[in-house]
Amino acid sequence: MVYVIRRLLQAVFLALVMSFLVFTGIFAVGNPVDILIDPEATQAERVRLIAQLGLDRPFHEQYLIFLGNVLQGDFGNSFVYNRPALGLILERMPATLELAFAAIVIAVVLGIPLGMYAGLRPGSAGSQAVMAGSILGFSVPNFWQAIMLIMIFAVMLGWFPVSGRGQVGEFFGVRSSLFTLNGLQHIALPAINLAIGHLALVIRLARSGTQEVKAQDFIRFARAKGLHESRIVLVHLLRNILIPIVTLVGMSFGGLIAFAVVTESIFAWPGMGKLIIDSIRQLDRPVVVAYLIVIVVIFIILNLLVDLLYSLIDPRIRLDGAKQ
Amino acid sequence: MSLLEIDNLQTHFFTSGGVVKAVDGVSYHVNRGEVLAVVGESGSGKSVTGLSVMGLIDAPGRVVGGSIRFDGREIANLPSHEMRQLRGARIAMIFQDPMMTLNPVLRVDTQMVETIHAHRDMPKQEAWALCRDTLGRVGIPAPDERMCAYPHQFSGGMRQRVAIAIALLNKPDLIIADEPTTALDVTIQAQILHLMQGLVEEDGTGLVWITHDLSVVAGFADRVAVMYAGEIVEQATTDGLIEAPQHPYSRGLIGSVPSRNRRGARLAQIPGGAPPAVNRPVGCRFAPRCAYRMEGCAAPQVLRDNVRCWRAADLPAFEEVLA
Ligand SMILES: Nc1ncnc2c1ncn2[C@@H]1O[C@H](COP(=O)(O)OP(=O)(O)O)[C@@H](O)[C@H]1O
Ligand SMILES: [Mg+2]
Repeated sequence: MVYVIRRLLQAVFLALVMSFLVFTGIFAVGNPVDILIDPEATQAERVRLIAQLGLDRPFHEQYLIFLGNVLQGDFGNSFVYNRPALGLILERMPATLELAFAAIVIAVVLGIPLGMYAGLRPGSAGSQAVMAGSILGFSVPNFWQAIMLIMIFAVMLGWFPVSGRGQVGEFFGVRSSLFTLNGLQHIALPAINLAIGHLALVIRLARSGTQEVKAQDFIRFARAKGLHESRIVLVHLLRNILIPIVTLVGMSFGGLIAFAVVTESIFAWPGMGKLIIDSIRQLDRPVVVAYLIVIVVIFIILNLLVDLLYSLIDPRIRLDGAKQ
Repeated sequence: MSLLEIDNLQTHFFTSGGVVKAVDGVSYHVNRGEVLAVVGESGSGKSVTGLSVMGLIDAPGRVVGGSIRFDGREIANLPSHEMRQLRGARIAMIFQDPMMTLNPVLRVDTQMVETIHAHRDMPKQEAWALCRDTLGRVGIPAPDERMCAYPHQFSGGMRQRVAIAIALLNKPDLIIADEPTTALDVTIQAQILHLMQGLVEEDGTGLVWITHDLSVVAGFADRVAVMYAGEIVEQATTDGLIEAPQHPYSRGLIGSVPSRNRRGARLAQIPGGAPPAVNRPVGCRFAPRCAYRMEGCAAPQVLRDNVRCWRAADLPAFEEVLA
C-alpha cells in the first residue's frame, strides 16, 4: 500500500514536470497567432484576439493559468476546432488504443512461440528462418513494409481493405472495431504493420531467454523428475523468460500509442497520431499539450502495471523494487 | 541380479575442439538397499556417468557404447518416452547446487505435486498431502506452511531437503545423488548425510552417492568405486578401500584425507593434475602422476581383481607407505 501511494506521488510529480517541459517547449516553438489570424485582419482585431487567447500575458502567468485549468480537467479549447482539446483527443483514443493493442497481441502471440522454438532448436532450418525473418523485420523501414502490405494483400490479393477503420461493435460496454468482422478486416494490415518491429524484438528476447534458461540446473532437475517436455517448456521455461518480455511489451505499448503516427497516416486510421501531426503543423498548442500529457499519463500507468506484473511473475521481486 | 549394472559405458561429447571422452569404459553396479560411493577428482566423469543412467545427456554428447541395465532391463538407448517414465519414478536424481535446482518462480507445492502427476493419477488433495508428509519426513519444520513458500525463502540446506523430498515422492528403487552436500556447510552436510542414510534404509532404496570427498564416505557407503579420467580404477568395500587401497591413485586419495595422517605429519598430495579428456595417455591414465610408474605402464590397463593396475600386487603394503 505504501508502495502504491509512493508510486502515485512520483507519478503526479512526473506529470507536473512533464507539463512544464511540454508547455515551455511549445511556447518556444512559435506564435500561433500568425497562423490563426486572418492576414487581412486589422491591428485592433489582432490585439483583441491575442488578449482573448491570453497570449499577451507573461510566460509564467500563462503557465500557472494553464496548470490551474488542467487541474480542473480543462486543457483549453483547440485553436483550430474551437472545442475542448482533451475531448478531441479522447475521441480518437479508442482507435489508437485498439490498434496498439492488436499490434502487441500479434507481436506476443507469434513472437514468444517462435522465439522459444528458435531457442530450443538452434541451428535447425526452421529456427534459422525465424531469425532471418526477425532481422528483416528490424531492418526494413516501417513505411515501406506498410506499402508492401497494402500492395500485396489489399491491392493484388484483395483480402483486406486498403485503409480506414471498420464498423464498431460493443461488447460488455466496450466499443471497439475489434468486435466486428468488418472491423477486424480493416485493422489487420495496420496492426501487422505496427507489430512487425516489435515482433522481431519479442522473438529475439524469447530466444535469448530460452537459451539462457534451458541450460539452468532447475530445468535439468525438472527433466530428472520425469516431467513431460511440454510442461517443462510451457511452465518451467516460459515463466522464467517472461520478465524481459513483459518489460518490452509495457514500454513498447506506450511507444506504439505515442508513435503510431506513420502507420495511422498511411492507413488513414482515425487515431490520435493523425490528430497530433495536424495539430503540430497548425501550432494548435492546447491539443499538443493535452496530447503529450495524456501520453505521459499512459506511460506512467503502464510502468506501474509492469511493476505489478513483475511481482506476480517473479516472487523474488518485492514491490519496493528490491531483489531478495 | 543387481539393481543397476553399468558395463563398459562410454559417453562422449563431440565438440568442435575434438571428442571429449568424458566417460570411457566405466563399469559399476549397485544392489537394492545398497549405498555405493563414486569417488574421484572433479572432471573424472562422475556426473556424466550419472546423467547417462538418467538419459539426460544432451547434444553434443551421446552414449556411444556399453550397457546400462536397470532392474534387468537395458536402458542405455531407450526411446525418450520410456526413459521419461523411469526418470523421477523408479530412478531419481539429486544435484549439487540446491540454490539452482528448484525453479525460482514456482512454489514448492507446485514443483512437488507435478512430480507425482507426471507419473500417476492422484486426486490433487491427496497428492498435496503426500507431498506435505514427505517434506515432514525430510525434516522440514511446519511443512504445511512451507509447501506454499518459494525456493528463495529456504536456506541452502532446506532447499536440498526439498530436492530430496521430491526425489522420494514416487518411491524410487534407485537414487543418484550427485555431490548433494558439496555446496553446503560442514554441519549441514553431516545432517543431510545422516538423513539420506536413514531414508534409503527405511525404503530399501539403492543409492549412488557421487562425491569428490572421500572423508564423507566412511561409515556411510557399503562400497566405493574410485573413478579417474573417465574410468573406474578400483572398486572395494568401504572398509577394504580405507584400510588397504590397492591402486596408486586410491592410495593417494586416502593419504590426502586429514584424519588418516598422523598428527603433525604433512598432508600427502597427489602431484600434477588429471589429463585432459580430449587427449589421454594410451596406457595407464594415471601413469604420468604415479610414483610407481615403470615402462610396462604404457600398455592399456584392464580391471583385474577390481583394480586397474597391472602392478597392484607388487606394490608395497599401504601402511608401509604411510609410515
Ligand atoms: N556438455 C559437455 N560438453 C563437453 N564436455 C563436457 C560436457 N559435460 C561434461 N563434459 C566433460 O566431461 C568430463 C567429465 O565431467 P563430469 O562428469 O562433470 O566430471 P565430475 O567427475 O566432476 O562430475 C569433463 O572433462 C567435462 O569437461
Ligand atoms: Mg560433477
